[in-house]
Amino acid sequence: MTDNLQLNAEGKLKHFLTIEGLSKSLLTEILDTAESFAGMSEHQVKKVPLLRGKTIVNLFFENSTRTRTTFELAATRLSADVINMNIATSATSKGESLLDTIRNLEAMFVDMFVVRHAISGAAHFIAQQTAPHISVINAGDGQHAHPTQAMLDMFTIRQLKPDFSSLRVAIIGDILHSRVARSEIQALNTLGAAEVRVIAPKTLLPAHVESLGVTVSHNLTVGLKDIDVVMMLRLQKERMSSALLPSESEYFKCFGLTEEKLKIAKPDAIVMHPGPINRGVEIDSKVADGPQSVILKQVSNGIAVRMAIMAMAMQAAPAPGRFSGIHTIPGDRHAGSLPACGIHTIPGDKGAAA
Amino acid sequence: MMIHIDHGRIIDPANNIDRIGSVYIEGGKIVSVTDEPAGFRPDTVIDASRQIVCPGFIDLSTRLRDMGHSRKATFKSEVIAAAAAGVTTLCLQPDTVPVIDTPAVVELIKELAEKADYPQIYAVGALTQKLEGTELSSMLSLKQAGCIAVGNGNQPVKNLLILRRAMEYAASHDLLMMFRPNDFWLSNNGCAHEGAVATRYGLPSTPEAAETIALAQCLELAELTGCRVHFGQLSCKRSVIKIHQAKKYGLKISADVAIHQLHLTENDMMPFDSAYHVLPPLRTEADKQYLRKGLAGSTLNSICSDHQPHDLDAKLGAFPETEPGMSSLETLLPLMLKLVTQHAITLEQGIACLSANPARVLRLESGALTPGFSADVCIFDSELDWQVNSENWKSQGVNTPFWGQTLKGRVTHTLQAGKIIHRL
Repeated sequence: MTDNLQLNAEGKLKHFLTIEGLSKSLLTEILDTAESFAGMSEHQVKKVPLLRGKTIVNLFFENSTRTRTTFELAATRLSADVINMNIATSATSKGESLLDTIRNLEAMFVDMFVVRHAISGAAHFIAQQTAPHISVINAGDGQHAHPTQAMLDMFTIRQLKPDFSSLRVAIIGDILHSRVARSEIQALNTLGAAEVRVIAPKTLLPAHVESLGVTVSHNLTVGLKDIDVVMMLRLQKERMSSALLPSESEYFKCFGLTEEKLKIAKPDAIVMHPGPINRGVEIDSKVADGPQSVILKQVSNGIAVRMAIMAMAMQAAPAPGRFSGIHTIPGDRHAGSLPACGIHTIPGDKGAAA
Repeated sequence: MMIHIDHGRIIDPANNIDRIGSVYIEGGKIVSVTDEPAGFRPDTVIDASRQIVCPGFIDLSTRLRDMGHSRKATFKSEVIAAAAAGVTTLCLQPDTVPVIDTPAVVELIKELAEKADYPQIYAVGALTQKLEGTELSSMLSLKQAGCIAVGNGNQPVKNLLILRRAMEYAASHDLLMMFRPNDFWLSNNGCAHEGAVATRYGLPSTPEAAETIALAQCLELAELTGCRVHFGQLSCKRSVIKIHQAKKYGLKISADVAIHQLHLTENDMMPFDSAYHVLPPLRTEADKQYLRKGLAGSTLNSICSDHQPHDLDAKLGAFPETEPGMSSLETLLPLMLKLVTQHAITLEQGIACLSANPARVLRLESGALTPGFSADVCIFDSELDWQVNSENWKSQGVNTPFWGQTLKGRVTHTLQAGKIIHRL
């Protein structure tokens, strides 16, 4: 499937809902754009005015700390106005439908929705239904996709291992329920990874998992051989109560990543985890905090990658490389001298984003 | 009232008729096929030249909504759709609101049917009270009130002991049980077939085994209890194989397939298009081909519409949250004809699957153009193209994945008990 819904008439990113259907060159463009934002965090002024005057609504129907915070930081650094809505505890619990929630927010002249929802397909639905000027970024929908997480992981991998075509990547854990895994697999395959291997017991693998373009192993000690990148997935506690696994301890024994097991992978293998981690369940603390772990790097990279995706979806991205190394960035301290900013800006006004 | 249907191609599978000729109707009954009765002075002559004249269609599984669901559709709106589809008899599944579990609800349905000028609506009574799957319904009272069969709709029966008792009780009153096999636990709240597509989209999914295991259990109970069972809306290859074996073994069973399962697969439902959300879910190409084979070999003897009209809101949402079902009466004939043009079945088989065979399942004196039978007749033009759009569509539910498409084959006249209820 080519998900044309995500692209505008010129083939540029409009919504970011899933990795599926996006080309290698577009994914590379996202990574290159993120590169140009990556140095910014170390600057005194951590802002660029690319989305000044734009209103971004973080629409979280499911709780999240990390993802929401990095989206919020990314939007703020692009000078957008950000509204956080925790719908998990508000409107829908009063019986309002998803569509009504969207319609009400549209009426408040927003420019972008960042959506997290517990149901697969929710972000697609919102993108299909929302007003044409609004962009939708999927921050995780059910078990379907979490494409910004996948892109920040690709970014992290590329920083350390630039040649995807030589990479063997293992994704370990609850593939069945993981939107992260689905998006990672698609991104790695699109970028041309040599092999994507999933390692899990059968109860945590979806039917016909091979059709996603992966090889399968049910044994961690066998499966880690020759691996360059080890991606651990979070194990939800409810998997035990729904009879998918006998116990945390047995899971850790079979699929928990320990220093000893990590030695089976290549000596320079990196260890990733989308967080939040369950220490002693899927990963040993010594590995999570060890020298091969890039878990916190993933979190930092989340900001630059989400900035890139938001800017691109709003057709406001700079040419790659534009911001790297530049120290004087016009930020909020210059805002007073700029016309049509702040409360006078009309959302959708092209001048505001220029 | 005398009606002469003139010069049509008469296809009446039950009587082995396929020839150009006339059908003569008087007093709501068929009086003769081909030979003009003496002194026949028709009030109406229908020119059926270049058209096919066949028995009116009998739909084994329909939802008309109304009552507690009148925002979705009403008897009035849906019987117009049924008439336009050539359907003259339909079986109303018991999961109405309120549930068809008391004679009073059966009476209410009869009243609504009469008010809608479409008397041939047969209620399927609930197998268990409120369809809760725990206590037997008053099946004899339901039968006496007019229920043609009993069933539990899409709801599970709590355990096999209760199902056994229900089947024994139904068999005691010579009631047919209509059963859609689905193991509640294995189906695991799935909204898609457990396969490559659900895996890619992260959709909660249901394996074929949810159907085949429930089917196998019910076949065993059919033998144990002697209950007549009709299996509805089968969706996969292994179900067809099981039905074939059971029939060969001599069980008194029959089975149908919903028309959309013969045309659509899991691959059609991308991406997240709620019009394709049906239960049982659309399965694989191999399943679709085997269902067609099952029909051609008469393992499956009927095609049903599985008509489920919805209001717009029911289909507006993320795929798993939308309500399952298609509005499918009006696409029934063109999709059946498509099976014929694709050489899956013959035209005679297709018509039999919509008339003579379901009549046999229900033990109705209908589904054939036999003199003395109620004059339920469908006349259609198999070559007529029409677009599925708001101008042509009659059902209040527009939840069809065929919306906007041009289909071939359209009903020009429908007669129910000798009354013209549809004319194009």
